[in-house]
Amino acid sequence: MVYSRRDLFKTGSVLMVSFALGTRTQAQTATGSDAALGKPVDPTEVDSFLAVHADGSVTVYTGKVDLGTGLRIAIRQMAAEELELPVERVSLVEGDTALTPDQGGTGGSTGLTRGGVEVRQAAATAREALRKMTPADLASGKRFNLKVDPKAPLKDPKTYKVVGQPVLRPEIPFKATGRHPYVQDFTTAGMLHGRVIHPPAAGAKLLSVDEASIRAIPDVRVVRIENFLGVVAKDEWAAVRAARELKASWGEGPALPGSEALDAYVRQGAIDRDEAVVNRGNSATAMAGAAKKLSATYYWPNQGHASLGPSCAVADVRDGGITVWSSVQASHGLRLNLAKIFTTPPAKVRVVYMDGAGCYGGNGNDDVAADAVLLSRAVGSPVRVQWSRQDEHGWDPKGPQQLLDMRAGLDAQGNIAAWEAEMWVPMNKPGGRPLLSIDAAGLAQDHGQGAGLMTQNADPPYAAPHVRVVAHYLKDTPLRPSNLRAPGKIANVFAVEAFTDELAAAAGVDPVEYRLRGLTDPRAIAVIRRTADVFGWQPKTARSQQPGVGRGFAYARYKQAENYVAMAMEVAVDRATGQIQVRRVACAHDCGLIVNPNALRNQVEGLIVQTLSRTIHEEVKFDRARVTSVDWASYPILRFPEAPAIEVALLDHPELPLYGAGEAAAVTVPGALANAIYDATGVRLRRAPFTPERVKAALSSD
Amino acid sequence: MATYKFQLNGRAASVESWDPAQPLLYLLRNDARLHGPKFGCGLGQCGACTVLIDGKAVRSCVTPVRQVAGKSVTTIEGLGTPEKPDAMQAAFIAEQASQCGYCTSGMVMAAKSLLAQNPKPTIEQVKQGLAGNLCRCGTHTRIVRAVLRAAGEVA
Repeated sequence: MVYSRRDLFKTGSVLMVSFALGTRTQAQTATGSDAALGKPVDPTEVDSFLAVHADGSVTVYTGKVDLGTGLRIAIRQMAAEELELPVERVSLVEGDTALTPDQGGTGGSTGLTRGGVEVRQAAATAREALRKMTPADLASGKRFNLKVDPKAPLKDPKTYKVVGQPVLRPEIPFKATGRHPYVQDFTTAGMLHGRVIHPPAAGAKLLSVDEASIRAIPDVRVVRIENFLGVVAKDEWAAVRAARELKASWGEGPALPGSEALDAYVRQGAIDRDEAVVNRGNSATAMAGAAKKLSATYYWPNQGHASLGPSCAVADVRDGGITVWSSVQASHGLRLNLAKIFTTPPAKVRVVYMDGAGCYGGNGNDDVAADAVLLSRAVGSPVRVQWSRQDEHGWDPKGPQQLLDMRAGLDAQGNIAAWEAEMWVPMNKPGGRPLLSIDAAGLAQDHGQGAGLMTQNADPPYAAPHVRVVAHYLKDTPLRPSNLRAPGKIANVFAVEAFTDELAAAAGVDPVEYRLRGLTDPRAIAVIRRTADVFGWQPKTARSQQPGVGRGFAYARYKQAENYVAMAMEVAVDRATGQIQVRRVACAHDCGLIVNPNALRNQVEGLIVQTLSRTIHEEVKFDRARVTSVDWASYPILRFPEAPAIEVALLDHPELPLYGAGEAAAVTVPGALANAIYDATGVRLRRAPFTPERVKAALSSD
Repeated sequence: MATYKFQLNGRAASVESWDPAQPLLYLLRNDARLHGPKFGCGLGQCGACTVLIDGKAVRSCVTPVRQVAGKSVTTIEGLGTPEKPDAMQAAFIAEQASQCGYCTSGMVMAAKSLLAQNPKPTIEQVKQGLAGNLCRCGTHTRIVRAVLRAAGEVA
């Protein structure tokens, strides 16, 4: 039986009928309705965002996608509120370049701040028109034919009925029963299974291929394009075995510096340019006159996205067009990139988003889409490419390493008189990130570089009259960098908050009190006080008296402009093994307007656990040739026994603008943890990850 | 091509494979069209592919089909449906114990196996019981609560 996409979606809609939230509540169900093809996608038109159906229900079209974050329900809540419809009467289509407006990629916590807010404005514009539509209008499929009015009045938050409610996420019943369709599950008629064979070193030349080495495996075709090597088979297991067993000989790639002493390598690296990211007052003079001076260096390693399901895409290249099914964050961006690389008119390229495993930034999704296009183009059939675990860990672009030097001068009362930070980060280069297989195949493409807004949040959020933050942009960085959740800001806030703890200790002031002294913003003060209250923070001017048990605190305002987050942690450190057990975490979080408190809480809890994993365990290891941490044994992540008790307090401000919440609560984690470990042991950990070996070494040199 | 017969979600199933070493996962996903079990690592390290074989949680990505002949395989599709979830699935839904959901099938199956052996586990026993299943989104606390809820230990 051929289980086509159409069948898949039919099944989905049949299942939906008896589900509590009614029909068409699942994104993929609506995505399958190609009947909508030809609708406008211009983001200035209401019809690009909203379609009304004969029964008066509405479909929302958004270019933003739900990466497991709850955006799927939150955007529907925002639209339903403005349209004055029950949320179950609003369905959603995401990330299909033929159907949804380009609202930018789903990154940097912009899913709701841009995606949701634009949909909300379109819905506010359409409210009156929808009310006036007659049954005949609805039956005839009438469009709104309205420009989005940026001044269309929004509902008064005091009257909200849907926004602010913990509406359950409509796809969870499908996820919990194994029925939710992922891109990994997608099939289409005539689809073949492809695998790529990555070289033993980045950039290595393919010298020869011994096709006879896989003769025993049925129905396999080898595809070689310059240095790109792949296999295509009818049977997936045949493709897996062929990719493993195919004998090929490769040259050497350019040497890598290795991950062991990468901090020293980065410090000596060639600099493209320096930028004074923050320059307030005269830090040099103030530092010279300070009563007390402190300095410290912090290091954050390369980390992978480590998606639980390796990247996967299906491509169908035929009749001069390209269709790709992908869980990429920016379907419109991928579409334009593929159009350029394969010299195909953008109108003939369609990227259809389907859920994948959480990606947390630019993982291997773009690369695997290019792999699938190359293979489909070569064999003339639709091809599904599934990366292996080793492909994903070895070849996804990495959140890059960061090195920070911090210096501070305190006045006689212990207040911050001068603050200086220097950071080493990869330089930005214009254009898209190069795709592995496109380079290997010798096709022209962009060779841009960027890993997100890396330089924010290295200045203190506390009163400091003289501040200078300098970014050194490195010409070279060993592994291909990309955005990884809360890019740059986890390391920067780690440095700021761990260093602030050192300043508080030097000043002999309780860490919470020290932070409050430097803050006047009532929202900042509110999250700090609330966290201290929820946690049961006991003011202290000396280290913990409980052997091996300590408490730490951290605060940040994300990007110095968005969410307010404060966090406290209690940790137990086993001096013999170096094992860290985080016992409990408290976090107060203010993102302005809360759209869905349950989904938001899920994000905050997840950010805490995931960032504990990154802080305690995660570092991409590589030698002179290749990444060597290529599975869950060599790149461990946090497991259940380590998961702490978490208490989250959400501070709601319905009258204020909303901030995205998919990143902010990550940034306070490493600082709070390092500070708790100091409290427990007297040792300052300034280099992540805090592995048992590192902790033991730090304790023994204490 | 050899034929392998086993029970699949309570029904007789028969699959053909050219390779007796072919992992069960590929046959479930591609031949039986059961997409609940997920490919996560192919190494038995993450648990996304977990199914029950004769009631025990097993990693289908490293279980050769020849070892399954004559046995009884349960995938997540063999439990409940979105309209009629079984107790464990209903607990995951009630706790909203999922983000991307890619690990969820394996979590539910591992948790079923856990409660079959220990119907009233403590929090620590749940954590130890799920220690071999990875979640990247950090949904651990909700998953633990869901398992305790299914065990009737939280309302």
